[in-house]
Amino acid sequence: MDLHSHEFQSRARTALHDTSLQQALDQARDGFVAKRAAQVAELSEFEALREAAAQLKDHILEHLDDYLERYETAVNAAGGHVHWARDDAEARRIILDICARVDARTVTKGKSMVSEEIGLNEALIEAGLKVVETDLGEYIIQLAGEAPSHIIAPAVHKTREQVADLFEAAHGGPRRTEISDLVDAARQALRGRYFEADVGITGGNFLIAETGSSLIVTNEGNGDLTQTLARVHIVTAGIERVVPTLHDATLFLRLLARSATGQETETYTTVSTGPRRLDDLDGPEEYHVVLVDNGRSRMLAGPFRAMLRCIRCGACMNHCPVYGAIGGHAYGWVYPGPMGSVLTPLIKGLDLAYDLPNACTLNGRCASVCPVKIPLPDLLRQLRHAQFTQAITPRRQRGALAAWRVVATRPWLYHALERVVARILARLGARTGRLRRVPGAHGWTLGRDLPTPAARTFLECWHHEREKS
Amino acid sequence: MRAARDEILATIRQSLGRGPLEPDATAVLAARMAAPPQHPRPAFEEDLTTRTIRKLESRSATVARVADWTDVPRAAEQFRTENGIEPRVVIGAGLAALAWPSHWSWHSGPAAPDAVLSVTPAFAAIAETGTLMLVASPDSPTTHNFVPEHQIVVLKVEQIVRHFEDAWWCRQQTGAGLPRVVNLVSGPSRTADIEQTIQLGAHGPRRLHVILVG
Amino acid sequence: MTDSSRGRPRVGLFVTCLMNLFRPNIGFATAKLLEEAGCRLVVPQGQTCCGQPGYNAGDEDSARALAQQVILAFEEFDYLVGPSGSCLASIRHDYPLLFAAAPAWRARAEALAAKSWELTSFLVDVLGISQTGARFDGVVTYHDSCSGLRGLGIKGQPRQLLAGIEGLTLREMAETEVCCGFGGTFCVKYPEISLKLVDDKIQNVLATGADTLLGGDLGCLMQVAGRLRRRDLPMRVYHVAEVLAGLATGPSIGEGPLASG
Repeated sequence: MDLHSHEFQSRARTALHDTSLQQALDQARDGFVAKRAAQVAELSEFEALREAAAQLKDHILEHLDDYLERYETAVNAAGGHVHWARDDAEARRIILDICARVDARTVTKGKSMVSEEIGLNEALIEAGLKVVETDLGEYIIQLAGEAPSHIIAPAVHKTREQVADLFEAAHGGPRRTEISDLVDAARQALRGRYFEADVGITGGNFLIAETGSSLIVTNEGNGDLTQTLARVHIVTAGIERVVPTLHDATLFLRLLARSATGQETETYTTVSTGPRRLDDLDGPEEYHVVLVDNGRSRMLAGPFRAMLRCIRCGACMNHCPVYGAIGGHAYGWVYPGPMGSVLTPLIKGLDLAYDLPNACTLNGRCASVCPVKIPLPDLLRQLRHAQFTQAITPRRQRGALAAWRVVATRPWLYHALERVVARILARLGARTGRLRRVPGAHGWTLGRDLPTPAARTFLECWHHEREKS
Repeated sequence: MRAARDEILATIRQSLGRGPLEPDATAVLAARMAAPPQHPRPAFEEDLTTRTIRKLESRSATVARVADWTDVPRAAEQFRTENGIEPRVVIGAGLAALAWPSHWSWHSGPAAPDAVLSVTPAFAAIAETGTLMLVASPDSPTTHNFVPEHQIVVLKVEQIVRHFEDAWWCRQQTGAGLPRVVNLVSGPSRTADIEQTIQLGAHGPRRLHVILVG
Repeated sequence: MTDSSRGRPRVGLFVTCLMNLFRPNIGFATAKLLEEAGCRLVVPQGQTCCGQPGYNAGDEDSARALAQQVILAFEEFDYLVGPSGSCLASIRHDYPLLFAAAPAWRARAEALAAKSWELTSFLVDVLGISQTGARFDGVVTYHDSCSGLRGLGIKGQPRQLLAGIEGLTLREMAETEVCCGFGGTFCVKYPEISLKLVDDKIQNVLATGADTLLGGDLGCLMQVAGRLRRRDLPMRVYHVAEVLAGLATGPSIGEGPLASG
């Protein structure tokens, strides 16, 4: 998927003026937040689970090489194949090679953010394959020719009216706007595709080192149809998805659905181990796992390791006021919201995604709901630090910071300047009592008045008063 | 291929500031793998069966209770007629010996698009969340769990366990290792992808009916 | 603990930059509350800013320089107290991190962090005060500023103190814990997003039917008040300290200059 993060500002502006997007966002935000809160309130162990999950993730990351090797051994033992991809291009090539070898024509896909990350659909289509997204949300945005705007609810930005338009164009027939009719239409349209698919590609929420299994979590059952009915099942997953045992996966599962959709559990949790066995009546003939690095192994070093704890629940974006205001597309790549604002610059470059770590108020709500306790605001601030030290931060801003430092480290100068500013602003505002335009403060006065200060600063008054007494 | 693997592992180790783990360190991990630590589990007082039924029903599954194994076909037929479901059925081979209604057209092979209803044996149920554990085998093909529009799962009361960990433990006790697929099913298929409105029957079964024996 | 902390603690008042320039009344209100609570108050001249503008922009060197300045100006006191969750969260949490590689300064930063308090939590959690004896006639709603709320756990303290104000009714707004869109320099770097957030906040404020908005951070209050004025919406906005001290009598924030001193 192409990177558009450098267009953040213009995309955000467009989003703010898109009324149907705003309508969809309002609805989504309230639903996700309330449902999660209700689940958390029902589970007294929730905080203990978060703490244990964060610790377990750190343990895994500390021994990632070992667990990956164990996982690979177990997959092989179950008759599957593990492929290692250093970057997106290598991952695409591996999958294209498999598709070519089995003479594939149709590929069905369960929702996989890693496949978006590696730009898989474009590559498959370019190679002449028919690609069918089967998750309802993914199917909708595939028809719309768009990218997902949310990691668990890809079409959250679409209203039912917009879906009705897309389905009418794709399926023909009368335009229907009832949600039940729309879901039915997608069901009918996709049913046949599952059976004709040569290759089914899914993500992997967790990879179990002990058993060599991949685990997916869905509500629709599309992932299961995708991986059961195709001749070949390919799992794409980031290398950080490995967990030691099924018991350990259970810990994360207790947090995932509650944090993501505000469900106690998703409808389907599926553990798959290898290809069809000798006596099995169904299932794929081949089972492949593509382990994608794409910058993750480097992320392990230094302060951003904590980002690899992420279990992709989307709670951070559901609770992010900025995401709630502009939606996912403004972020310009696969991962939006707080987690995306950390991942995108790390994977795609601090300069190309300059705005993402900066377009955050550091309000901390994301970290307070993260099921694996990723200190997201702190990581965003550290990215700003990296941008600053690498001189990616715009020169004007660096100049302003340098000037601020010169003044702020000299109290006499700082106080004198504040006195001057107070007098100027007081005079400017004296006539009307409100400051609607202030030279140099356009960013503020664009939509807000500036309070007219008294002509004297607090320090001035205080010391004047205390000296008198 | 090998090069990519080795390079990724090398970068991981470099980032972690060490070489490959020493044998004693890998032994510690192996021991952990054999006996993973206990993680927090939701505590509850409620009776396992009551909770399982309550949780399943809260997610729009239906539950019928029968006294005996031989009552299953009658309960299944009742569910079918009440919901106007065509008698084109797939039945897991594990249940094939029961006396199914003679007007059913059924088989125990994998489910094709013409199968409307499936009857599936459960391996276990987890009371914690009211979740059914279905395992793939010749007696219970995975397509039965997803292709038909309606699914009946047959569960015995004594198969209900408290937590997920208990279900995995039960599976381990069979000594058969993990089957190709383990499906943990907590209700009928659903989606909320359009305006967060929950809609049943997205791709998998629209109805999930549990016949609880015992 | 020093002798003085059992008797009359010596408190250094942290003067936030915004308050110094835009709302001296908050400083006087804070001083009044602390002195009435029995503190010996000192306003150190050597202070300017907590350093957050640098820290949050990634300029850690400058932030460190400012942090050192604050440490030097305040470490002699029993307590550092200021009317801002944001500055105080920075002093408490960011300063020790800034000196991770300098053990001597780190120790001093940690020592200062341990005795630095946001005003309402100092009054309630340290001094054990539950009443300030002031009066305010109005129906108020309270915005929880993010740094104070999540950084310092400030939620009950201002409400507890407000409950003791005669004539005041508190009516909670929806999403009181959601950011107002200020975010320091965020509000001028991304003004359109910031305005969307503050408009959402204002909608929740207005829905309560309250006539007054209170909060514990002037940045957030200027953001909301500035937007209210621009939209010509009538609503008084005060810092919680002004109400607690009985000094919320003149024009509210954004309603014109207060005669000060």
